Amino acid sequence: MTTLSAGAVRRRAARLPRGALVGAVVAVWVLLWIPLRGRDTLELSTSELTPLHERVNDLRDAINSSRGSSPVFTAFFDVIRQAVDALTVFLQSLISQPAYGRPVPLIGWLGVVAVATLCAYAVGNLRVAVLTAAGFTSFGLLGYWQQSMDTLALTLAAVLICLLIGIPLGIWAGLSDRLHRVLTPVLDFMQTMPTFVYLAPLTLFFLIGPASGVIATLIYAMPPVIRITAHGIRTVALSSVEAGTSLGATKWQLLRTVRVPLAKRTIVLGVNQTVMCALSMVTIAALIDAPGLGQVVLRALQTLDVGTAFSAGLAIVIMAIVLDRVTTAARDRVETQYRLGPKARGRRRVTLAGLGVGAAVSLYLSYTYVWAAFFPGPDSGGVVGGQVASGVTQASDWVQVHLGAVTDAIRNAISYGLLNPLQSLIAESPWYLVSTVVLALAWIVAGARIVPTVAVCLGLLVATGLWQEAMVTLAATLVATVIVMALGVVVGVWMGRSDRADGLIRPTLDAAQVMPAFVYLVPFLGLFGASRFTAIVAAVVFAAPVAIKLVADGVRGVPATVVEAATASGSSSWQVITKVQLPLARQSLTLAANQGLIYVLSMVVVGGLVGAGALGYLVVAGFSQSDLYGKGLAAGVAVVLLGVLLDRTTQAAARRFGADVGNRG
Amino acid sequence: MPEPLIADERVQAATEPALAVSQLWKVFGPRADRIVGTPLAELPRAELLAQTACVAAVRDISFTVAPTEVFVVMGLSGSGKSTLVRCLTRLVEPTSGSVLIEGEDIRGADPRRLRDLRRHRFAMVFQHFGLLPHRRVLDNVAYGLEIRGVAKTERYRRAGEVLDLVGLSGYADHFPDQLSGGMQQRVGLGRALAVDPQILFFDEPFSALDPLIRRDMQNEVLRLHHEVGKTMIFITHDLHEALRLGDRILIMRDGAAVQIGRPDEVVGAPADDYVRDFVADVPKSHVLTIRWVMRPVRDDDPLDGPELGADVVVRDAVRAVLSSAAPVKVVHDGVLVGMVDDEAILRVIVAEEP
Amino acid sequence: MSRVGIGRFVAVLAVGALALTACGSKIENSGSTSPSKAACGTVNIAVNPWVGYQADAAVIAYIATKELGCTVTKKNLTEEVSWQGFGTGAVDVVLENWGHPDLKKTYIDEQKVAVEYGLTGNKGIIGWYVPPWLAQEHPDITDWNNLNKYADKFKTSESGGKGQLLLGDPSFVTNDEALVKNLKLDFKVVYAGSEAALIQAFRTAEQQKQWMIGYFYEPQWFLSEVKLVHVNLPAYTEGCDADPAKVACDYAPYDLDKIVSKKFADSGSPAAALIKNFQWTNEHQNAVALDIAVNKLSDDDAAKKWVEANPDVWQAWIKN
Ligand SMILES: Nc1ncnc2c1ncn2[C@@H]1O[C@H](COP(=O)(O)OP(=O)(O)O)[C@@H](O)[C@H]1O
Ligand SMILES: [Mg+2]
Repeated sequence: MTTLSAGAVRRRAARLPRGALVGAVVAVWVLLWIPLRGRDTLELSTSELTPLHERVNDLRDAINSSRGSSPVFTAFFDVIRQAVDALTVFLQSLISQPAYGRPVPLIGWLGVVAVATLCAYAVGNLRVAVLTAAGFTSFGLLGYWQQSMDTLALTLAAVLICLLIGIPLGIWAGLSDRLHRVLTPVLDFMQTMPTFVYLAPLTLFFLIGPASGVIATLIYAMPPVIRITAHGIRTVALSSVEAGTSLGATKWQLLRTVRVPLAKRTIVLGVNQTVMCALSMVTIAALIDAPGLGQVVLRALQTLDVGTAFSAGLAIVIMAIVLDRVTTAARDRVETQYRLGPKARGRRRVTLAGLGVGAAVSLYLSYTYVWAAFFPGPDSGGVVGGQVASGVTQASDWVQVHLGAVTDAIRNAISYGLLNPLQSLIAESPWYLVSTVVLALAWIVAGARIVPTVAVCLGLLVATGLWQEAMVTLAATLVATVIVMALGVVVGVWMGRSDRADGLIRPTLDAAQVMPAFVYLVPFLGLFGASRFTAIVAAVVFAAPVAIKLVADGVRGVPATVVEAATASGSSSWQVITKVQLPLARQSLTLAANQGLIYVLSMVVVGGLVGAGALGYLVVAGFSQSDLYGKGLAAGVAVVLLGVLLDRTTQAAARRFGADVGNRG
Repeated sequence: MPEPLIADERVQAATEPALAVSQLWKVFGPRADRIVGTPLAELPRAELLAQTACVAAVRDISFTVAPTEVFVVMGLSGSGKSTLVRCLTRLVEPTSGSVLIEGEDIRGADPRRLRDLRRHRFAMVFQHFGLLPHRRVLDNVAYGLEIRGVAKTERYRRAGEVLDLVGLSGYADHFPDQLSGGMQQRVGLGRALAVDPQILFFDEPFSALDPLIRRDMQNEVLRLHHEVGKTMIFITHDLHEALRLGDRILIMRDGAAVQIGRPDEVVGAPADDYVRDFVADVPKSHVLTIRWVMRPVRDDDPLDGPELGADVVVRDAVRAVLSSAAPVKVVHDGVLVGMVDDEAILRVIVAEEP
Repeated sequence: MSRVGIGRFVAVLAVGALALTACGSKIENSGSTSPSKAACGTVNIAVNPWVGYQADAAVIAYIATKELGCTVTKKNLTEEVSWQGFGTGAVDVVLENWGHPDLKKTYIDEQKVAVEYGLTGNKGIIGWYVPPWLAQEHPDITDWNNLNKYADKFKTSESGGKGQLLLGDPSFVTNDEALVKNLKLDFKVVYAGSEAALIQAFRTAEQQKQWMIGYFYEPQWFLSEVKLVHVNLPAYTEGCDADPAKVACDYAPYDLDKIVSKKFADSGSPAAALIKNFQWTNEHQNAVALDIAVNKLSDDDAAKKWVEANPDVWQAWIKN
């Protein structure tokens, strides 16, 4: 313990100058802001366009008019679109859409439930099979059978293509350092780019509809499987690879018999991540006419129908839980399947055969009979969907009526106390002052090597013509991140210290992460009005779960012996938290801040839908107003630039910090 | 006055060594090939690292190994043993020098020939076993044969035999993580033996095991060597292991060879202080032969005492020497080469007392 | 589950299934048996994101399916994207178009993939509105000249010390920033970002008697729930909005119209005739929209209800 606290003291002493430097820079900034306020803020009113924006509009028109003739389209984009479309339509005609002259899809609900259960058992275990059966049935009970199947079909199509491309590419990147080096920044970029930003340009190339929904999903869901597969291949125990080589295995034999089998568990984890990403993106792709549950949620949003939005959101959450648990069980089975005794294997085979027969019978029935094809129940709302929806609507109304005063007070406190002053400082300073300050701060917290990157990002931000908008968004992003981190630390520490709390809170967080943001926008609008604060709350709801989980895991990861030693030497709980657990979980804290920022940024556009204005609004507007297309695209790019800037800086700061701790500890 | 490297009789007797290594270098680091043959190569490791960011893991090693010999390479951790043994099979590409296996220069082998050699001529046992956790013991042992393309029934038959040989009958259907460390290494051993190689390489195979099990395994290796008579290159950092197993021992330090010799030579005539330190607390009576304690025959020596061969270990000679009133005659090839008396024996034994 | 258990489970399942087959009705292949269907084929209707439009689409889809035997595919799209669909064949019909001279120029005049297909009969009124309670308590507020008098009351956390003028759906081209400037109003334009946000804001304002002024439009189902009051800006005169930067007058009233793809117009489909003849009033549309948005009827049920109540209106649409 003594060495630890001595280290902590030294660390504090060494960090003081850095903190003081940051303080000094901010102080100078404020002093300069007073006389310079309002000058050179590069303001641009909403309907004004810069030449760049107009050029993008022209480019859009040019692309549009050459679509029919240009070989880039006929030979490339159209081919891709048609291929994806064929796959998607096929899957839809299997489970969701009337096809082949039938009024219903080939497989009705009974068949789908049975086959899904069979698959869940085949890749997982009996528990997830039961969960799957229950989950799939609940789609019908909620009254969203067809929409759920559309969502599922699109998700499957995207995941199939992701795996087909992603796993080989991941394996290759696992074997080749060069490819890995090339791929990493591309994947970084794909992952920091907020999803809404590429929807508009995507429709330009792939039009609208299921196919481009699937393609958007591909872009979003591919990185995890590539990354995690490469990681898995890279981390296969060297000794096993060496053993194979020493026996004269060829590269291919090594891959087949050693690397892939040993990395399989990790690869399946990648599949799990990709499935989850795909599902969340398919929902968002409703904006470009991807069918499914996302459409229900979007339309409910238009009529402020909280209840319907929620019950469709619930179906999405259930689907997410089922897919997550099944793929997780599949991962665990990779570990256990080969060591089943012959008896267990026999039992398993019998169960499989039983479920297989059941599935075959169900398939036949659902192909032939109406009752097994259409999910029974009222035409809309399903058996329980109506009740769920009206219950939620009532609850939400009640909250709005009774909590209005409180929520107004909260909004005003944060807006006047924190957001407005910060926004005024950032957005009303001259652009060169802000740029200098940002460069200086980045230098101080993240080191000199980050300076060129930051400078390029700032320069490009100015070039987008949306400097002031970007600064308004930046202010809101920072406030949201502060709230996320405050929540992250408080709840994360609580979860990290108490298994009960963890067990209770974690599922809620999981659900909050997969619940589409559109679902909670309406109640928030009721509570906080159309304002930047509503956008901040939406972002916090989306980003806090990640941060909380990271902090909780970090606190959990502090060695029990250290905590024990601290307790034994008479520390109070508060002292244990502040002197031992948080300092030792520091890496997790910085990672949480980094991820919190990225998640908050990815909600900028959603924020634009509820009054955040600035970049988010422009992206949304650019999406729907033809004159603002170029400007909206520029706003999207500006969001990405902010993302790269903040991501790089916090990561470099975290690395530097980690290295510091390593050196001194 | 380092002992001249004594060539073993058996090496001389054999027509062709199983393995001949000469002037082997391995340098890790940027542009590693610029070092060998220049003054840089003379620098001590630390300085070379500071100047060029390169590590000379193996420097200028030469030795030969006779067929069926057990050749042990010993040194502290980081001295380059693993690198050396990997250079011999080109798991690590040597920087310069030559490696002849049964006369064939393996550095010149193309990938295909190399693979062939690995499949048929040599096999390796690793410190961390390197087993495939998703395969049964039987499939692990049969792995080398599978790689070669041997049909399933044939390779299972052969793997079954090997399992019996390494004492794992009845464990064929287990998975590696269901076995203890010692048993896992038996699987590793079995996997190497299954391909029936001429040369077996061991890279600290027993370092990860408990002392008692390690002893067991050493006996196992001795037994196997006795039964199958393979040439073995055995890496260890444990001197006792080296002395127990080795026909000859190569002692490495910072990548270079310090001494090569039979166990008794290493203990009896350490090449330098490094080796002397190493062997300081070895019970000499267990290693030294009476050749190392005898004195020349004096004219006044009574020649009626008992006779012992020069290669008898001191410990085994104690009773005979102490119980005889006259000094014991030391005979080699029927020729009287020296005398051992009580005092000489006692000096060795007393020196071992702490 | 034990071996026996599974066996029994399968047996029960099989028997149950057989029992059920006895009483289930079979799925009939609809194929291309109905001749009228062959004549009509598939109609792709873009559905833009407001409920009034949804009402149009619901009624047209209902009649086209039930009366003409067409297959109707509805595609939820923004306006901009719907127009793109004319070129690619993804969209046949836009049922309610609000002006958009720029899009008309691109797709009708230049690319020639779409054609105008007549008015819907709905009148679009865009402007500034206040909640009814406010108009009642301060009747003079409906005159723009008095807005500055109340500017303080409209302040919010978003409006930076001025009164807040809330704008809605980002799809609409608005003049409000110019209006505020040119009419020298002490207001700041704040973007609600979506129609939902705007409606929710008006709803809360009426419920809780909050001060609020914002952009809105008719026809809109929400007006059936809360009868917002229009604020009179300087009256619109032909050409007063020619220069967007200098606008100082109210929005022009829109005559909403229909656009269809060239291909569809030339197809001779009975649905094309239906859409060409389609015309109704703001009241009609609001009634259907209210059923959809507030009474939570499905599109089809809402359409059915209206169709049954107004046979003379729609029967005129399908007479050749
Ligand atoms: N792949 C490598 N790259 C760089 N240096 C290496 C590599 N492998 C081993 N070394 C260095 O070579 C030296 C000898 O290592 P090694 O052969 O593993 O020693 P030993 O097996 O005797 O412990 C060590 O200093 C080690 O750091
Ligand atoms: Mg080693």
